[in-house]
Amino acid sequence: MSPELLSAPVAEAAKAPDRAHSRARAARRRKVLINVARALLLVGCLGLWEVLSRAKVIDPFNFSMPSQIWDQIYTWVTHGTALGSLGEQIWYTLYEALLGWVLGVVTGVVLGIALGRITLLADVLGPYIKVLNSIPRIVLAPIFVIWFGLGPASKVASAVVLVFFPVFFNAFQGAREVDRNLVSNARMLGASDRRVTLQVVIPSATSWIFTSLHVSFGFALIGAIVGEYIGATKGIGLLVAQSQGTFNAAGVYAAMVILAVVALLAEGLLTFAERRIFRWKPADSEH
Amino acid sequence: MSADTSPAIELWGASKTFRTPSGGLHTAVRDLDLTVGRGEFVAVVGPTGCGKSTTLTLVSGLEEPTEGEVLVAGEPVRGVGDKVGFVFQQDATFPWRTVLSNVMAGPRFRGVPKAEAKRKARDWLARVGLEAFEDRYPHQLSGGQRKRVALAATFVNDPEILLMDEPFSALDVQTRALMSDELLELWAGTHSSVVFVTHDLEESIALADKVVVMTAGPATVKEVFTIDLPRPRKVEAVRLEPRFIEIYREIWESLGEEVRITRERSAAHVA
Repeated sequence: MSPELLSAPVAEAAKAPDRAHSRARAARRRKVLINVARALLLVGCLGLWEVLSRAKVIDPFNFSMPSQIWDQIYTWVTHGTALGSLGEQIWYTLYEALLGWVLGVVTGVVLGIALGRITLLADVLGPYIKVLNSIPRIVLAPIFVIWFGLGPASKVASAVVLVFFPVFFNAFQGAREVDRNLVSNARMLGASDRRVTLQVVIPSATSWIFTSLHVSFGFALIGAIVGEYIGATKGIGLLVAQSQGTFNAAGVYAAMVILAVVALLAEGLLTFAERRIFRWKPADSEH
Repeated sequence: MSADTSPAIELWGASKTFRTPSGGLHTAVRDLDLTVGRGEFVAVVGPTGCGKSTTLTLVSGLEEPTEGEVLVAGEPVRGVGDKVGFVFQQDATFPWRTVLSNVMAGPRFRGVPKAEAKRKARDWLARVGLEAFEDRYPHQLSGGQRKRVALAATFVNDPEILLMDEPFSALDVQTRALMSDELLELWAGTHSSVVFVTHDLEESIALADKVVVMTAGPATVKEVFTIDLPRPRKVEAVRLEPRFIEIYREIWESLGEEVRITRERSAAHVA
């Protein structure tokens, strides 16, 4: 047999995996490119800020610069803040935000589902909820400080009012838009009204509710921070207020960076929980 | 007791009027008299949108008649009862429940202990050939498989009366014939009476003992035909028999007129 005849089928067989291989390599290369571009963009922006600030093109006292912000975070981490350790401040804010978030979500979901299921209740309370919703709720924060004092209670309260409404409206909408077929089917299979609510309405409203949970955790943090900013004894909001009071621009930025990290971690946890709960959903409808 | 000898379903002068969103009144069913005997398979055919489905919701207890009387096993219908099973036209499986949990839903809703509900559900899943799929979620199944889940979920409750609202209309032709055969097999193993709504005349003749032709909306009974084709039937084979074609022609003479009326009405509506 000639060598040509032997080598021909080998080349044929090698072709298909080769194409898959090169496609995978292209995909990997694209991923690397995106990550490098992202890093360059960040370094470029921060670098530009640093350079402009050092060259005094922009006022370094007012606008600060990344290296100073980093120094500030480093100082807070290693030596603590003027209010105590940094961990304590983060924990304080997180505690207020979480408590407010949980309370707001629970009341929002319960009331939303109840009003979605009981038309009479929705008709009676509907206009009042609309009125309450139209109030810019952040202005309630000073009132809460007057009512509940400088402790965590006033911050929890402002977090609750911010969280409640988006969660409530989504739960309400979710309960209203339940597939009528599913409800009819459950009733034909023998489900009581209570079971229809618990086993049909609530599961189908969960995707609506989860959408609002993402947004509302951010709102809870805002509520806690604004509350602390107005008057508190501890917390990142107070850190912002103090830094502002001493014209420490780097301090304000540093607090912002810390908050962003906290919010991103919370968001990651929420997405993880969502993946576990929505295993029954087709994968392509997940984001 | 009268309940033992009375027909499975009786409708006496039943009418149903809905209020339309624009404030008008829409009569879906008018002055309907219909009797379904015990263990009988009745198919209801009529032009699209004439009010066939409304007839089923009246029997199911999901809706009340505006006028007239609806009796199930000799008793007037007051709300959803436990004798009736309903297979819907659209997909009505619970997407967040696994296949097994979907089939268990009915018994669990009715207070059957978990272990027994699971045993019954597995039994029915085996009968519809889905025992290997019990851990899947509905979105992981094909349309035909989901319909089988819906059938198992309905049959597991052991209904005396089975209402089916164009259950196979969303399936492709081959799956449809297959499902029809399976339905006949499942039904043969029970003593339930069936009301099967469809707009497909062939399907109705192949399945039923009695075909009820409805008028163009508002629906009422126009004519009732007895189908004397022998059982057991195979849907694909029975279609080719001369007697089938004879019956088809006979019923189409009655149904075709109503279809024409509906078509002319909608044409006038568009114009």
